[in-house]
Amino acid sequence: MLCISYNFIHYVKPSLELPGLFSVVRMRIASSADSSSNNSRSQMIMADSGSSDEVAVICNTDITSTESENNLINTMVERGTALLKKMEISVAEADKRTGKNTVNMQETYTVYLIETRPAESVSEEGTPAAPDTLWRRYSEFELLRTYLLVTYPYIIVPPLPEKRAEFVWHKLSADNLDPDFVERRRVGLENFLLRLASHPVLSNDNIFFLFLTEEKGWREAVLETGFQDKADSRLKSLSAMFRVKNPDKRFTALKHYSEDLSTVISQLLRIRARVADRLYGVYKVHANYGRVFSEWSAIEKEMGDGLQSAGHHMDTYAASIDDILEEEEHYADQLKEYLFYTEAVRSVCRKHELIQYELEMAAQDLSYKKQQKEELETGTVRIFSLKGMTSKLFGQETQEQRESKVAALEQSIQEGEDALKEKNAESQEFVEKAWNDIERFNEQKEKDLREALISYAIMQISMCKKGIQVWSNAKECFNKM
Amino acid sequence: MSVGAPRGLASSGQKLITEILHPLSAAEEPLSPGPDVTISAEKDKEPGLTNGTPVEISSPASASVLLSRLQLDGDPEADAHDPFGSGEPRDLFVTVDDPKKHVSTMETYITYRVSTKTTRIEFDLPEYSVRRRYQDFDWLRIKLEDSQPTHLVPPLPEKFVMKGVVDRFSEEFVDTRMKALDKFLKRVADHPVLSFNPHLNAFLTAKDLNKRQGLALLTKVGESVKNVAGGYKLRARPAEFCAMGEYLDTFSQKLGTIDRIAQRILREQSEYLTELREYGTVYSTWAGSEEQLQRPLEGVAGCVTTSCGALEDLSDNMSQDFLPVLREYILYIESMKNVLRKRDQVQAEYEGRLEAAVLRKQEDRTPIPVEVEKCQDKVECFNADLKADWERWQRNKRQDFKQLLTGMADKNISYYEKSQAAWESLITLLQEKQTEDKTSETN
Repeated sequence: MLCISYNFIHYVKPSLELPGLFSVVRMRIASSADSSSNNSRSQMIMADSGSSDEVAVICNTDITSTESENNLINTMVERGTALLKKMEISVAEADKRTGKNTVNMQETYTVYLIETRPAESVSEEGTPAAPDTLWRRYSEFELLRTYLLVTYPYIIVPPLPEKRAEFVWHKLSADNLDPDFVERRRVGLENFLLRLASHPVLSNDNIFFLFLTEEKGWREAVLETGFQDKADSRLKSLSAMFRVKNPDKRFTALKHYSEDLSTVISQLLRIRARVADRLYGVYKVHANYGRVFSEWSAIEKEMGDGLQSAGHHMDTYAASIDDILEEEEHYADQLKEYLFYTEAVRSVCRKHELIQYELEMAAQDLSYKKQQKEELETGTVRIFSLKGMTSKLFGQETQEQRESKVAALEQSIQEGEDALKEKNAESQEFVEKAWNDIERFNEQKEKDLREALISYAIMQISMCKKGIQVWSNAKECFNKM
Repeated sequence: MSVGAPRGLASSGQKLITEILHPLSAAEEPLSPGPDVTISAEKDKEPGLTNGTPVEISSPASASVLLSRLQLDGDPEADAHDPFGSGEPRDLFVTVDDPKKHVSTMETYITYRVSTKTTRIEFDLPEYSVRRRYQDFDWLRIKLEDSQPTHLVPPLPEKFVMKGVVDRFSEEFVDTRMKALDKFLKRVADHPVLSFNPHLNAFLTAKDLNKRQGLALLTKVGESVKNVAGGYKLRARPAEFCAMGEYLDTFSQKLGTIDRIAQRILREQSEYLTELREYGTVYSTWAGSEEQLQRPLEGVAGCVTTSCGALEDLSDNMSQDFLPVLREYILYIESMKNVLRKRDQVQAEYEGRLEAAVLRKQEDRTPIPVEVEKCQDKVECFNADLKADWERWQRNKRQDFKQLLTGMADKNISYYEKSQAAWESLITLLQEKQTEDKTSETN
């Protein structure tokens, strides 16, 4: 049984944890530890992951990490998810490079360091071995994803983090080179890789493996697969969408659901950004209290000290909003991931529509040919055709001519039947595989979003507690006035 | 000079005026360790005026001791209102409440019930209940100012409201105004001198205030009472009054700043609230298209709504309780500055007259006229009254602002507590669901 573990303490700032993934990943550690008979390895993993305190702190909640872990362990072990290589993966750093692009112009771009290490590697001193590393830029991630989309059209392929910052509230920079944005993107890319690595189907893909291990020559390897030829044209997909007659109702429902979800999450993100802006304003104005209390305290004797101290607390209050809102960005990132996921879902639905359409066309084509043959054989014209009319007008065909036509048709019909059979099989296989992945996705979505909501609630509670603390401190100072 | 003040005014005699305990410096309570304004050590020495008549200083302390045996049980609310009070047993309790709208052909206005409980002999009955409108309070204030120009009369809430801008009959406006009127009356009733003013008596007891005559008289009487000849230039304002003036200027400025900050916060909060409400509804919408996630999402929407309600409460409180008190103090300071200016004028007149008189004395040995002595008395009384009132005002101010600011802190704390409670119950709900799901799966 292959499994993946995740070492994040060294590389990821705790405050940037995505709790949704976090639990998914921690679950991995737990189950790999459970299912492994190699105690030293599981110990090493635990050692690698740092102290469990750090793990719990990240959650910043009263739920203990073990509780949360246990909540998920049973499910995952039961489902018997096909876990993957014994490999730790992380996107450790980001760096700037300049180079010549395809049109031979200088450009600056960011590269990300991918570190991988077999899960059981231990060096002589017993410390974890140094990881293998390579650098990738965002466009390579995009290429990987496009390849996977085409090669596995029945799979809901995990999305990449946004290329450009959207839904920003004013203080956040929309600049791609802004360090905070780069950092959040780094986390997003790591999340992407981990999702791939934990997917029962995608994790086994060789191109994916090469992406993680072969820096040079990977691009060529991808192109060699010829995946571009397999890609459906956009036009074909769209026309199928409009003309298909009997798509599977489940897919239709899923498509509508994903459209609704996309709309509502976009709305949510937009409003959340506005709310963040306003909240920022409310907090920051309080710094003015700090200043005026300080000035006022200068003319007071007994009241002076109390006022002055209270003023400091007002400054603290005003400053606290920065951290609060930065933390909230992670909630926004979790929502964004699922916003982007809806596109992947729609993509699978479109593929189904396309296959279904082709199936319908094949069936229609076959039935038309059969009818033609019947007409030729019986001489009745049921289907109006110019040929039929002309032959009626200008004399019948010879018996020989007719017989050769029938033979050709029979051949064609046989081919048609084969094609239909094939199409049917393709369609059924697609529906089965797709629906499998859809169910997996739904479960993942429910868990992740619920976790996200819980962590959001925790953030709100933390914000309230901070508020109460500061105002209580200020109140104490006022009381001493 | 001070019409209606029953207390004998300390004048020069055997002691320096400054050493004689002023009736208003309530003897019974320990003075706060030096007022916030530094008092110069050296007082203005009278240029050797003596009249040899010791005036009896009937301090309010002794009278109060007498009355305390007849004192009613304290109104706990009134006591809580003024724990920093003069320390004398209270024998006059006033309350303003019960606003009612009156509609007549000419106008519509609000009246308030003014209730009085007292053991003072100046009042015929122990209890009174009358209805008064804002105009009446305004009349009272003007009367007090005119009859006791050397004292600090508490301010009234603003008189004029732009008819289009503010709804004069809205519950909030009336309530805010009523509280301010109540505070005004309580401050007057607590004042050892002002509370014995016959105009106050009339205000509290008369069925109908006969104001018109008073008003007509006001202009003449007011002027003669405040009859200070202009055109005298003040030579040297005693340092303590300079300090008072400076303090008031700065304090007023700071209060103005605080007012602006509070208003700005209210505006920002209001905009935040608008966005927050919409934010909550989106979660509800989302819940509509989900199955398993429906309850958690509805839960989040509910928490956001609760937070909105709590925020609304906070904002309402701030605009109804915090801002009016702040503004009232700014008005208070303005009226105090007026009193200081009057004091300056009185001193200037005295100095001017004295200078003239001394010159004449030098020329032809004319003795210093009595008017000059009277002026000197005026100055000394004014200074003494003012100083005592100042100390009292400082104490009250400290108490008022302590209350105001801790109130503000409390309201904010309450807002966060409500919000926190909502989110915490949501987490319990969500986690219950999680364990529910787990157990149902393992089964």
